[in-house]
Amino acid sequence: MSGLVMPAPDQSTLSRRAEIVADMRIIVPGEGVVDAVNEMRAFESDGLTAYRQLPLVVVLPETVAQVSRILKYCDDRKIRVVPRGSGTSLSGGALPLEDAVLLVMSRFNRILEIDYPNRTVIAQPGVTNLGITTAVEQEGFYYAPDPSSQIACSIGGNVAENSGGVHSLKYGLTANNVLGIEMVLMNGEVIRLGGKHLDSEGYDLLGVMTGSEGLLGVVTEVTVRILRKPETARALLIGFPTSEQGGQCVADIIGAGIIPGGMEMMDRPAIHAAEDFVHAGYPRECEALLIVELDGPGVEVDHLIGRVEAIALKNGSTTCRISQSEQERMTFWAGRKAAFPAVGRISPDYYCMDGTIPRKELPRVLAGMRELSEQYGLGVANVFHAGDGNLHPLILYDANIPGELDKAENFGADILRLCVKVGGVLTGEHGVGVEKRDLMPEMFNQIDLDQQMRVKCAFDPNHLLNPGKVFPQLRRCAELGRMHISGGKLPFPDIPRF
Amino acid sequence: MTTFTPTSPTETLSAVEWALANESPLEILGHGSKRGLGRPLQTEHTLDLSQLTGVTLYEPEELVLSARAGTPLAEIEKLLADHGQELAFEPMDYGPLLGGVAGRGTIGGVLAANLAGPRRLKAGAARDHILGINAVSGRGEAFKSGGRVVKNVTGYDLSKAMAGSWGTLAVLTDVTFKVLPAAETEVTLAIRGLFDEEAAAAMALALGSSEEVSSAAHVPENLVGSIAGGALKGASATLLRVEGFGPSVAFRTKKLIDLLKNAGPIDEISGDASKALWRDIRDCAPFADGTERPVWRVSMAPSQAHAMVMALRMEEATDAFYDWQGGLVWLRMQADPEADLLRRLVRKFGGGHATLVRANHSLRASLAVFEPQLPALAGLSARLKEQFDPKGILNPGRMVPLGKSATLAASNE
Ligand SMILES: Cc1cc2nc3c(=O)[nH]c(=O)nc-3n(C[C@H](O)[C@H](O)[C@H](O)COP(=O)(O)OP(=O)(O)OC[C@H]3O[C@@H](n4cnc5c(N)ncnc54)[C@H](O)[C@@H]3O)c2cc1C
Repeated sequence: MSGLVMPAPDQSTLSRRAEIVADMRIIVPGEGVVDAVNEMRAFESDGLTAYRQLPLVVVLPETVAQVSRILKYCDDRKIRVVPRGSGTSLSGGALPLEDAVLLVMSRFNRILEIDYPNRTVIAQPGVTNLGITTAVEQEGFYYAPDPSSQIACSIGGNVAENSGGVHSLKYGLTANNVLGIEMVLMNGEVIRLGGKHLDSEGYDLLGVMTGSEGLLGVVTEVTVRILRKPETARALLIGFPTSEQGGQCVADIIGAGIIPGGMEMMDRPAIHAAEDFVHAGYPRECEALLIVELDGPGVEVDHLIGRVEAIALKNGSTTCRISQSEQERMTFWAGRKAAFPAVGRISPDYYCMDGTIPRKELPRVLAGMRELSEQYGLGVANVFHAGDGNLHPLILYDANIPGELDKAENFGADILRLCVKVGGVLTGEHGVGVEKRDLMPEMFNQIDLDQQMRVKCAFDPNHLLNPGKVFPQLRRCAELGRMHISGGKLPFPDIPRF
Repeated sequence: MTTFTPTSPTETLSAVEWALANESPLEILGHGSKRGLGRPLQTEHTLDLSQLTGVTLYEPEELVLSARAGTPLAEIEKLLADHGQELAFEPMDYGPLLGGVAGRGTIGGVLAANLAGPRRLKAGAARDHILGINAVSGRGEAFKSGGRVVKNVTGYDLSKAMAGSWGTLAVLTDVTFKVLPAAETEVTLAIRGLFDEEAAAAMALALGSSEEVSSAAHVPENLVGSIAGGALKGASATLLRVEGFGPSVAFRTKKLIDLLKNAGPIDEISGDASKALWRDIRDCAPFADGTERPVWRVSMAPSQAHAMVMALRMEEATDAFYDWQGGLVWLRMQADPEADLLRRLVRKFGGGHATLVRANHSLRASLAVFEPQLPALAGLSARLKEQFDPKGILNPGRMVPLGKSATLAASNE
């Protein structure tokens, strides 16, 4: 990916920069336009910090009308636009382009309505994920999808990435918890999809928008459903001598009809890194550590704890601790939640991957990763949303050693190829962005990719919104629209017809 | 008149290629169990997918099932039940409501119509469980989207685009769904004798509690005899379903009764009787009367539904009952569907949309069966259709009239 090729900057846009900045100041008066290089530095990358690029100009609108005018202005003049929420994307989705307006949604930071009878919250897109829960928790409610970045990431960014979290196994991803959005198309048109009702009308454009990585429209309002906080939650901390046993335990829990609130796994390097960092009492001798959290009414949780414990023992667990207090439950989680910074302590840099696999392939993929690790001479630690097969291998490297970043990226790409090979996918929740863009052909053939790009053509026919992301090769909509008609003869004449 | 009955994805592709080369539109059919829903088609040729069958992958421990699009839903539900699993979104069966038989329908049709059932509040609809598809676009190209794993954000979610597209974007050949363990037990509480407004309050209270109510419906007195084999006759029933592991269900039921004890007398219905009851709600049994009297399916903000129905009744005699805490309103009209009146009221009471799910042929041909959209949204939908089916050969006119997009004048808002 270091050889990443972004769309060539449009020279005519670059040459008109001063004029564009001035026009932006007319649309967004006050402090909302940032064009000084030192101030734009804060926006030059997102959570994928290996890539940096200063934008043409940073614009922070405050109203939907401003967003609409900015987009229409840019559409009319063929100026590119990159939307940005909080900039925590791990795939470079919000990476600026030299010739693009960076449209930052962070001033859209208000909760517009809380409706308890319908259990919905309407928020502006710049409200943080945790901000929604904070707004309703005094009444005993919360917003279920909980990415680890939830104190920082925006709900608009969550929609764009279809983000998930530890609780997605039981409560779903962003897509399952968003009921409606308001969005602005590149041509400036404002559209509402869904609302407080459960089924959206016509085509499921809300479903298409969720996870579209800022390429189809700019989200200006989000309606989410909130849930009542479960009465209790308790966790089990279970250690296994092999990852196979850990994997089988996960399969057996689900096979027994139990869907835990969360089910996370860590491998030995991750266990050690976490234990050294937070001293959560993790068993160091294990190859696989499982945290299973059960939530609901106390009687249900107690009942299921017993069943999960029995399943763990049957699978040869060497330790099995059950949280006896809220504090102990938090301690079990402390190591898992600190896994990334913990790995950050044992290695100068780490690179976080995000493939998903069918769960049963875990031992094979872990073995494959060990081989690759030797081959590349780089360490890897694994944390894993075990319940839904989403792997987060953390590749350890040192960016100061020439060539190591490249090596880490190639290692990462090989891991993702392995995920696809065993029936999995390139990204479970972090998005394609620029990071996995050039790996898309591992999963899709040209027809598949062309059809996705045609969807883009329905929303943004000039490819002005966030170009250079997701698709390895941009093809003009006119070209994509051409048809090659074949097969005029009646097909399979030997089949009966009426 | 040609009917193609492909038995493989390749044969499906050649049928579409043929239709495209001849610019000859196709009606896309599974079992045809929902053929009476939507605008009537006038296509010469039919693509019948009922022979494109078979479960191609089922791994209970991975919670995943793939099947050819024409596989009977009944066969899939049976297979899942044998393993203690189910499609958690409980796809409804339109057969009885539309004058057909029960138990028909294909898995492809489940997605194309984005079916759901009373568990919608908790478990979502077909769109929330689809993991991946293979399909043939109206361009005569076989494409895929998604995969077989739950967590997947690789590329646009074209599988969701198929949900509720009624065969107008692409012909599904394979679908992969997430499946879930079926609940061990279930109990339904029936609060008796509430008026619509009181029922709305009781349902909101129950769903706002931590007792994990998975379904909430209200059937007024005049219709309650037509569910549960008449067992609830005599007084309206506000129904709350609690599902899960035995001890948990018992505990939560008790807490709910405590919470709602002042609302009215409460009956407890469990096991198979509870299941049968929710099947009746799911399949709209109160209006499965063998007639063609207009039936509407209204999706709106749950807490506003009773007020909308009350306003409607000021102008028109209407039978109504509620599922999804009121988020789904089933309405049966005397003769005239009163489309404009109804849609105006839905907009007035918080927005949503109304679909004319049953009506005679001529009404369906002349009225907007699906909710008309504002111009910008209608334009976007039309462009999306164009990108999948530029020659309009797949179910042309099923959702919107040919040649124009069904729009609502902006001034209506
Ligand atoms: C430490 C850390 C932990 C993380 N943990 C998780 C995790 O557990 N699960 C998970 O899923 N992700 C995780 N992430 C990734 C990231 O937080 C999510 O992808 C998040 O949803 C991004 O939100 P954001 O507001 O920061 O968006 P940004 O990074 O600003 O943008 C992300 C993408 O969304 C687009 N976008 C943003 N706002 C809008 C809008 N209003 N309209 C249209 N497009 C928009 C951008 O163009 C870009 O393509 C983690 C990231 C970090 C740094």
